[in-house]
Amino acid sequence: MSDRSCIILDDVVFTRGHRRIFDGVSLTIPRGRITAIMGPSGSGKTTLLRLVGGQLKPDSGRVLVDGEDVSRLRRKDLYQLRERMGMLFQSGALFTDLSVFENVAFPLRVHTPLPDDMIRDIVLMKLEAVGLRGARDLMPAELSGGMTRRVALARAIALDPELIMYDEPFAGQDPIAMGVVVKLIRELNTTMGLTSVLVSHDVPESLSIAHYACIIADGKLIGEGTPEQLKAHPSPRVQQFLNGQPDGPVPFHYPAPDAAADWGCVVPGEEDSRA
Amino acid sequence: MPDYLTNRIARLGRGTMEAVASLGRSAGFLWGSLVGVPRPSVGLPLMVRQIYNIGVLSLAIVVVSGLFIGMVLALQGYYILSDFGSESAIGQMIALTLLRELGPVVTALLFAGRAGSALTAEIGLMKATEQLSSMEMMGVDPLRRVIAPRLWAGFISMPVLALIFSVVGIWGGMLVGVQWLGVFEGSYWGNMQSSVTFFDDVVNGLIKSLVFGFVCTWIAVYQGYDCVPTSAGISSATTRTVVFSSLAVLGLDFVLTAVMFGSF
Repeated sequence: MSDRSCIILDDVVFTRGHRRIFDGVSLTIPRGRITAIMGPSGSGKTTLLRLVGGQLKPDSGRVLVDGEDVSRLRRKDLYQLRERMGMLFQSGALFTDLSVFENVAFPLRVHTPLPDDMIRDIVLMKLEAVGLRGARDLMPAELSGGMTRRVALARAIALDPELIMYDEPFAGQDPIAMGVVVKLIRELNTTMGLTSVLVSHDVPESLSIAHYACIIADGKLIGEGTPEQLKAHPSPRVQQFLNGQPDGPVPFHYPAPDAAADWGCVVPGEEDSRA
Repeated sequence: MPDYLTNRIARLGRGTMEAVASLGRSAGFLWGSLVGVPRPSVGLPLMVRQIYNIGVLSLAIVVVSGLFIGMVLALQGYYILSDFGSESAIGQMIALTLLRELGPVVTALLFAGRAGSALTAEIGLMKATEQLSSMEMMGVDPLRRVIAPRLWAGFISMPVLALIFSVVGIWGGMLVGVQWLGVFEGSYWGNMQSSVTFFDDVVNGLIKSLVFGFVCTWIAVYQGYDCVPTSAGISSATTRTVVFSSLAVLGLDFVLTAVMFGSF
């Protein structure tokens, strides 16, 4: 494999229950860049991150991280691979029974034999990087949503991973917190040389920081390229998503029986809205 | 065959398959958490903390219930035994009842309600808030880190709690029988000493509570780990923990009693 690519999805099919989430998705995520994966809610963006992290296995196809097929790794190797990955969960997923300091120290304590004073220095450095060195003694319940996510970010980078995955980092954030997250993602990418994968449906923020973006819908990859290429993409499906149009290839109306049958009369304009 | 009948058979089959699959998952889950005990330097503090959460915090309810049950046994026993003029056997009756049956069983039922439901809710919420997933993604196996210490803590706490229950119950029986109703103290303790045997009664009771501790904790942590991570899912998992644990305890108690004290 080329040294430029970090993650390769090769014709991945994944089904959950009776629903086919991915129907042959192939995707290459370049090393050292920020890649945004966008798509409507429920299009399986988080599932994609879990496939990369090896928490789920594809029905067919391969997921390669650094050339290793994640779904075929033995348990021990998988856990070793995960030490080189950081993941920021949508909810932050901080351990509620540990303080901010202990949350960030957790991966260090588990995976390194470092003495306590060195762990302290590293934790404070990571907290400083997200601007929360002063919040070290707080408990997760005392943090705001934005702060929770920043602590989770500090924890995700505690072991200096090579790859970091962000699950909906902008969802439910106020404008200031959003600005902070955008700044942090960009800074971490340049200063640490991280490969960043960003899953989001916030189009302007994602496109403003991503070097490369792709859009997933209905189990398929419907568009990919640099932000400029995507904005000029010919597909009406891509344009509808990027511009947030309420009606288009994705219809406004959920499939329903004939309106005349439901109301017992002819509804004016009904034909238009279903066109 | 009419449709409703086919549907019913299909539903029965699906339900059975689900139950069997769940049983299989829980066995795999148990294996994963028992085999993967973390290093003692890491695992021991985690387990001690859980023994505090599960065992020490259950002490209050166990002690109070033990006291009242011992007192009630003395009252009931006294009125029945005094009809036959044998109220001096009250100590022996209370001790045997508690050590063989009520100690292990009632403690296990209280444990399921107090500690089991808390375990299920805690683990279910950890799942719902993605804490278990994030642990996995940090390269830490939640079965080892979260489940195993709780499983062992429950296993260790239950026999100790059951013993405390019995001891407090015997003392409560003494309060009512001797202090209040006036049974001669010497015969209360003397009859008890001559009739209770260490292996038949104390050890068998301990074996019972070991089994109950194992089953109750297993059910509790598995229900939490396997729950649907929503508020409705956690609530029904908590209910299932209490219901399944109680039924399992009562059912197993019958089987164990038949094996231990039955004449075959």
